[in-house]
Amino acid sequence: MPGITREEVAHLARLSRLELQAEELDHFAEQLDVIIGAVARVSEVAGQDVPPTSHPLPLTNVMRADEVRQSLTPEQALSGAPASEDQRFRVPQILGED
Amino acid sequence: MTELIKYTAAETAAAIAKGEVTAVEVARAHLDRIDAVDKKVNAFLHVDHEGALAAARAVDAKRASGAELGPLAGVPLALKDVFTTRGMPTTCGSKILEGWVPPYDATLTKRLKDADVVILGKTNMDEFAMGSSTENSAYGPTGNPWDLTRIPGGSGGGSAAALAAFEAPLAIGTDTGGSIRQPGAVTGTVGVKPTYGSVSRYGLVAFSSSLDQGGPCARTVLDTALLHEAIAGHDPLDSTSIDAPVPDVVAAARTRDVRGMRIGVVKEFAGEGYQAGVMQRFEESVALLRELGAEVVEVSCPSFTLALPAYYLIAPSEASSNLARFDAMRYGLRVGDDGTRSAEQVTALTREAGFGPEVKRRIILGTYALSSGYYDAYYGSAQKVRTLISRDFDAAFAGVDVLVSPTTPTTAFPIGERADDPMAMYLADLCTIPSNLAGNAAMSLPCGLAPEDNLPVGLQIIAPAMADDRLYRVGGAVEAALNDKWGHALLEEAPAL
Repeated sequence: MPGITREEVAHLARLSRLELQAEELDHFAEQLDVIIGAVARVSEVAGQDVPPTSHPLPLTNVMRADEVRQSLTPEQALSGAPASEDQRFRVPQILGED
Repeated sequence: MTELIKYTAAETAAAIAKGEVTAVEVARAHLDRIDAVDKKVNAFLHVDHEGALAAARAVDAKRASGAELGPLAGVPLALKDVFTTRGMPTTCGSKILEGWVPPYDATLTKRLKDADVVILGKTNMDEFAMGSSTENSAYGPTGNPWDLTRIPGGSGGGSAAALAAFEAPLAIGTDTGGSIRQPGAVTGTVGVKPTYGSVSRYGLVAFSSSLDQGGPCARTVLDTALLHEAIAGHDPLDSTSIDAPVPDVVAAARTRDVRGMRIGVVKEFAGEGYQAGVMQRFEESVALLRELGAEVVEVSCPSFTLALPAYYLIAPSEASSNLARFDAMRYGLRVGDDGTRSAEQVTALTREAGFGPEVKRRIILGTYALSSGYYDAYYGSAQKVRTLISRDFDAAFAGVDVLVSPTTPTTAFPIGERADDPMAMYLADLCTIPSNLAGNAAMSLPCGLAPEDNLPVGLQIIAPAMADDRLYRVGGAVEAALNDKWGHALLEEAPAL
């Protein structure tokens, strides 16, 4: 099983929306390489014909009646927002200028 | 009269119901204790003096009106800071949620309030419940009341330390890989991870949704059962909640009789890495169970050796997805929004500033395990291991009623010793993780002090899913026999703070 490189960690950090500092990248790459080396043992079972378990309970599609119920008011829902305006979350620009 | 802070929850509720003491006096005694010792222990992130006294006054008024009081009415509780509390800060031990005041109560919080439990405040924890020492809290580590230079376990170190420091007789934890049981073990307190799905996760800030389970913590088995009964049960707001009756854990805790029960000792939980004094106390507990009339056999669960690697793929994978919600848009911290940066840049800067190193490590690890090309080898294999572990449990429980093991391989280690060595830290969860992967029920209770360091050792009891009552039956019997032998409860031996 291959280890993990600093470049891979940088790529994963970008995918995870983490603006890591250079020294964090060095440190994490070293630690993650050790962790991945240790957890890679699970691949011992990769070839075995065993069904995967994603969840301890065999529940699927738990539904409730489709009816209006009491919920948070807009003020309550926005109460923790870093910025809001006109009963909406105010966010930085999500599209480029052009 | 014993000091009010030394009362068990059951004694406290009885004294309030009889009018021997008021709920306000009980709340004040605990708030005073917190004011006196918590600067040293750092179990609490937030203490709600006014709210606790108001809740206590309401209990006293209810009694005065002649209304019947519930079994925990007026009993103070320390709530892990991972459950939402309307009007009270909820940080999950993270800077990214500093100052956040939720607009709603978790179902568990609501049930506590409905039971007239007095919530004293919110307890310290490893950030987003990721850790085994509470050192990963953004608000400083919690000390173990047995030795303040040592860890109180984690992630629920604050809740366990609050119990051991007599700051509260009841506490709530969450257990994803051992975060209730391991802190219980190293602080000489009792903790139960109920069957997955039996305590609602609505309002429990998610770390790893298929593993997270809230549960009760206390200083006695009976108190733990009373709290278990108050918080467990079906909740339509949690789609993974089990719609079935909760076993009668309180009656089981009072049985104190293990005659005829079949108990399995898991062969794989021993050997290299296990402290001699931990194994000594564990083996004495097994001998005690035999003396009490249980039939003890050795069982083998070969797949358990792969539980730790599987857990450290599954939990980070789910965490990498769950923690995507901390995007600096709807609540919590926002950094770098100076009008020039895009939403994506602001999100990345905020997460860099708001998350600590362990959370970042796990997000990256989970993202890696789920990425194309590695998914089958890592996440896919870990899911197969999960099946194999469940099969091992099924085979074991075909022959025995419960399994027992040490809760942790070692006693509390010094603060700082494993802080920057993730793999060493992860080993603390070696014996607790299989129950999270399989979703069954497990308890840790004190079984003595390790002779080499005079620190508490935990005995773990594991029961099949929805047979949580067996934990209390065995735990109650062991606790009663040990207290008889010692002439007192183990915490009586803890040093004064």
